[in-house]
Amino acid sequence: MARIGVFICHCGENISATVDCPKVSEVAAKFPGVAYSVDYKYMCSDPGQSLVVNAIKEHKLTGIVVSACSPRMHEPTFRRACAEAGLNPYLCEMANIREHCSWVHEKGDRTDQKAIDVVRMMVEKVKRNNALMSIKVPVTKTALVIGGGVAGIQAALDIANAGHKVVMVEREPSIGGHMSQLSETFPTLDCSQCILTPRMVEVAQNPNITLYTYAEVESVEGFVGNFNVKIRKKAKSIDETLCNGCGMCTTKCPQKKIPNEFELGMGNRPAIYVPFPQAVPNVPVIDRLNCTYYKNGKCKICEKFCQPKAIRFDQEDEIIEVAVGAISICTGFDVKKTDFFPEYGYGKHKDIIDGLQFERMASASGPTLGAIRRPSDGAEPKKIVFVACAGSRDPAKGIEYCSKICCMYTAKHAILYKHKVHDGTAYIFYMDIRAAGKNYDEFTRRAIEEDNAQYIRGRVSSIYERDGKLIVIGTDTLMNHETVEIEADMVVLATAGVANQGAEELAQKLHVSYDQHRFFSEAHPKLKPVETNTAGIYLAGACQSPKDIPESVAAASGVAGKISCLFSSSELTREPLIAFVDRIAAPDYSSCTGCFLCQPVCPYNAIEKEDIKDRAGNLIKSLAYINPGLCQGCGTCVAICKSKSIDIDGYTNQQMYSEVDALLNS
Amino acid sequence: MKLGFYPGCSLEGASREYNESVQAVAEKLGIELVSIPDWNCCGATAAHNLDKELSLSLPARNLALAEEAGLTELVVPCAACYSRFTVTQHELLHDNAMHKKVNEIIGKEYKGTLRILNVIQFIEEYIIDKLEDNMKFEINKKVACYYGCLLVRPNKILNFDRTEDPQTMDVVMKKLGADSIDWAFKTECCGAGFSVSFTEAVGRLSGKIIEDASHRGAEALVVACPMCHSNLDMRRPAMDKYNGKKIDTPVIYITQAIGLALGIDRKKLGLNRHFVPVKLDNFKPYVKKEVVVENTQIMEEI
Amino acid sequence: MSEFQPKIVAFVCNWCTYAGADLTGTSRIKYSPNVRIVRFPCTGRIDYMLLTKAFASGADGIIVSGCHPNDCHYTSGNFYARRRWIVFKKLCDFMGIDTRRIVFSWVSAAEGSKWADIVNTTNEEIIKLGPYDSYHKLSTQDILE
Repeated sequence: MARIGVFICHCGENISATVDCPKVSEVAAKFPGVAYSVDYKYMCSDPGQSLVVNAIKEHKLTGIVVSACSPRMHEPTFRRACAEAGLNPYLCEMANIREHCSWVHEKGDRTDQKAIDVVRMMVEKVKRNNALMSIKVPVTKTALVIGGGVAGIQAALDIANAGHKVVMVEREPSIGGHMSQLSETFPTLDCSQCILTPRMVEVAQNPNITLYTYAEVESVEGFVGNFNVKIRKKAKSIDETLCNGCGMCTTKCPQKKIPNEFELGMGNRPAIYVPFPQAVPNVPVIDRLNCTYYKNGKCKICEKFCQPKAIRFDQEDEIIEVAVGAISICTGFDVKKTDFFPEYGYGKHKDIIDGLQFERMASASGPTLGAIRRPSDGAEPKKIVFVACAGSRDPAKGIEYCSKICCMYTAKHAILYKHKVHDGTAYIFYMDIRAAGKNYDEFTRRAIEEDNAQYIRGRVSSIYERDGKLIVIGTDTLMNHETVEIEADMVVLATAGVANQGAEELAQKLHVSYDQHRFFSEAHPKLKPVETNTAGIYLAGACQSPKDIPESVAAASGVAGKISCLFSSSELTREPLIAFVDRIAAPDYSSCTGCFLCQPVCPYNAIEKEDIKDRAGNLIKSLAYINPGLCQGCGTCVAICKSKSIDIDGYTNQQMYSEVDALLNS
Repeated sequence: MKLGFYPGCSLEGASREYNESVQAVAEKLGIELVSIPDWNCCGATAAHNLDKELSLSLPARNLALAEEAGLTELVVPCAACYSRFTVTQHELLHDNAMHKKVNEIIGKEYKGTLRILNVIQFIEEYIIDKLEDNMKFEINKKVACYYGCLLVRPNKILNFDRTEDPQTMDVVMKKLGADSIDWAFKTECCGAGFSVSFTEAVGRLSGKIIEDASHRGAEALVVACPMCHSNLDMRRPAMDKYNGKKIDTPVIYITQAIGLALGIDRKKLGLNRHFVPVKLDNFKPYVKKEVVVENTQIMEEI
Repeated sequence: MSEFQPKIVAFVCNWCTYAGADLTGTSRIKYSPNVRIVRFPCTGRIDYMLLTKAFASGADGIIVSGCHPNDCHYTSGNFYARRRWIVFKKLCDFMGIDTRRIVFSWVSAAEGSKWADIVNTTNEEIIKLGPYDSYHKLSTQDILE
């Protein structure tokens, strides 16, 4: 027999000014199953809570209804009070008579009646509540970091330094990401590699970090605290344990004319190569598509010259399985290539380059050793045009968002150009200068005032080549929309930052959502900026949206903080309001018919197939099984279940039907 | 082979040679072009600036008439007419209320079953495959294909070729044996709208086009729009004034180029009607062979 | 109370519409007290049998409301609710249930005033339609008797 306690709160006058609280209490006392009913000025205050605790003990209550504000406000408070009184906290319900009643209705009988109805509804519900225990899940204290750019490096180091194990997976042969390609960084103009390389080395040397380069995530299964990840380690054709990084193989390789990806095609590399001199690990890989041996079956010159005998032509891809508790996605971004722009010649003019190519050109270790040169003829460009927002903020042809980093790096490019070509002129076509950030605006002012960058507010309609010059046609919206025509030697397009290649597949492997631009989506744009909708999977850096270095690093440290929190105890506690499939005695085992209609509707892939077998191991029945670690409690499966075999704690069919019944059959 | 045909005002007036060349080529290749009975003005260029309903009703009447005549495909050589027709079709098929209203206005039922072809699409679908068997000459000249504004815009509605760097005419010209050059002004404005009211602007805009083409060594400009043609051909004095030099690169219609390759009489193609004399001659006799067209890949991408 | 006061049951999701109705409260926007709110984790949880149950138990009108498409706390629950509603509506029509009495809407946690509007317009609409006696008379009680 249920013994329910009803506690009507006046909330000062917030409720009692409109709702006749004593009357509600009086009526509630007569509801079947109600053993105790009381009204009080402030139920959430200390004495109010004591009232609840004492009543539970004194009247041996089996459930309580607190009729007060929204459960979104004080449900945890009263659940704690229940627990204090020795009552299971999930035997507490709240009837919302403030936000949904006293604040929105006029004083009167109909309002009182509504309050009474709402209390009756919750009394009927709480009678059917089950005592629930919060769910405990073990946590594997190893983190997987996908992507070895600056965000991945930061996240990995922070997690490792907190004392946890980290597995880092990088698609390229070396970690470093886009930051290792940059020349100098804004707004301080310090050299990108000089600040990044030490951190890359730290990653390689940290005993807590296991680094897999030239590797990709093959599959991910499991849930927060307990992910099983398969990593495909692509064959480098090198025995990494033997290679001493002497680089002899790379100098002897007869293939020398393969476009270098790291230099964005502005330089060449051999078929066996290290992407750049500071690479971590400093182990070459053989590019099998271009290697003479793999193409023709003959060559093996590298093997001949390799002193430690580390070349392995027969090496195969290796699948490594790791168990991790949390995953950080740090896969970064990509930039639109110049061939995206028909009005700028579809990438057919060699002297129209993108911002990343300019970075390589300006880098002391780049293809021109830091000299600014036209790719077509190697001449020093005396007039250079930078086009900001090339593709960004252009819903008609490009992408509608702002790529965020271009204003700043374009200002930096203009400064670097001026530092290298003293008698040259840099023109910058821009829409707006977006320089919000510490010392950012000062930096763009510096480009304009000290380095004489010619900022022209307007867009470029077309660029064409004529007699070796690039004719840039644009407009100057601040000068009466005059058409501006510049005969430039070189053009740099600040092309839009876009989601990295393969982002979509990775999102599907990890079951995290992504937006229409294929950037990964955060769980909440403001309050959960580094979490994804899948518990235990986090985001850092430009894989989420275009971000500059400080932002990426900050997000990465944020992720490391989140993961360290998760790893701070060996078990996870979760709310038990999740779905379950009923179980009954043999020979039926469950009313579930095994139709698995529930499987595709589950957004969390929480529904698995469970086989019931007899002792001989023969299959009797296949049932749906809801993994409590994965279920987030949306209940979509409950509504779709044709045999009504799935139910959800906290919102069971019994509870919901009796609520409706109680509401209307007064 | 029977196709619907809408000449429009230009082809009956200032650009008679365009009509003559289209007809001559069609006749030579056994294609029958049937004019829409009782056709009216398409509404270009003024109607859509003044009255939306009128600008849709004028082309809609023509389209409905063509449907009534049992035509399924309509060749519209004039780029302005083509633009108005396709825009009308798009608007009416995407706006039920307007569709109903226009039907009331024209007193006919426009169903939207008609396929509208511009001259390039017409060539691609019905002519290009017949060239090999019928070509007498190769147009062994350097030419600049000029598309103008209306043929490829608005891209979302027409879904034809690449807006900024179209290729379809170049493919046709290469098939005819011409060296079609890559140049900068393929789709720049020629100033047609100001041909009469502000000839100086035409001198500047068209002047740049003709100058760039001749600077890059083009022996002729190839066009597919009567406005482009009349501007570039007729307003040469204004262009020469702007450029400060006399440029006598002729401007021909793509159908005239095809006609020349087919060995059709120059007069029949209307080549005598141009202001800038078309001196192109000494064509190489055509010998049937496997022609490798470089740009087919680009075509497929489109 | 001479005038007809309908009974309206609102089935709402916890994350958007319930929170939106909370906001209506904190903004002190007044609306009709004829509505009773039943909280669900997600519109995806709402079994449409509950709607017929509500009519059978005496409801005159029903509101179903959740997060806007793409804003679902659980990623996709509201899409299933929407699809289910499209199918269910046809079934209702077929069975003779008056679908004007079921209002399906999206109210986000930030749309306090929209919630008040929806309740008020639904209330007026249902007053116009009158009590749903034709359904109530079908109650199982009568059949049993």
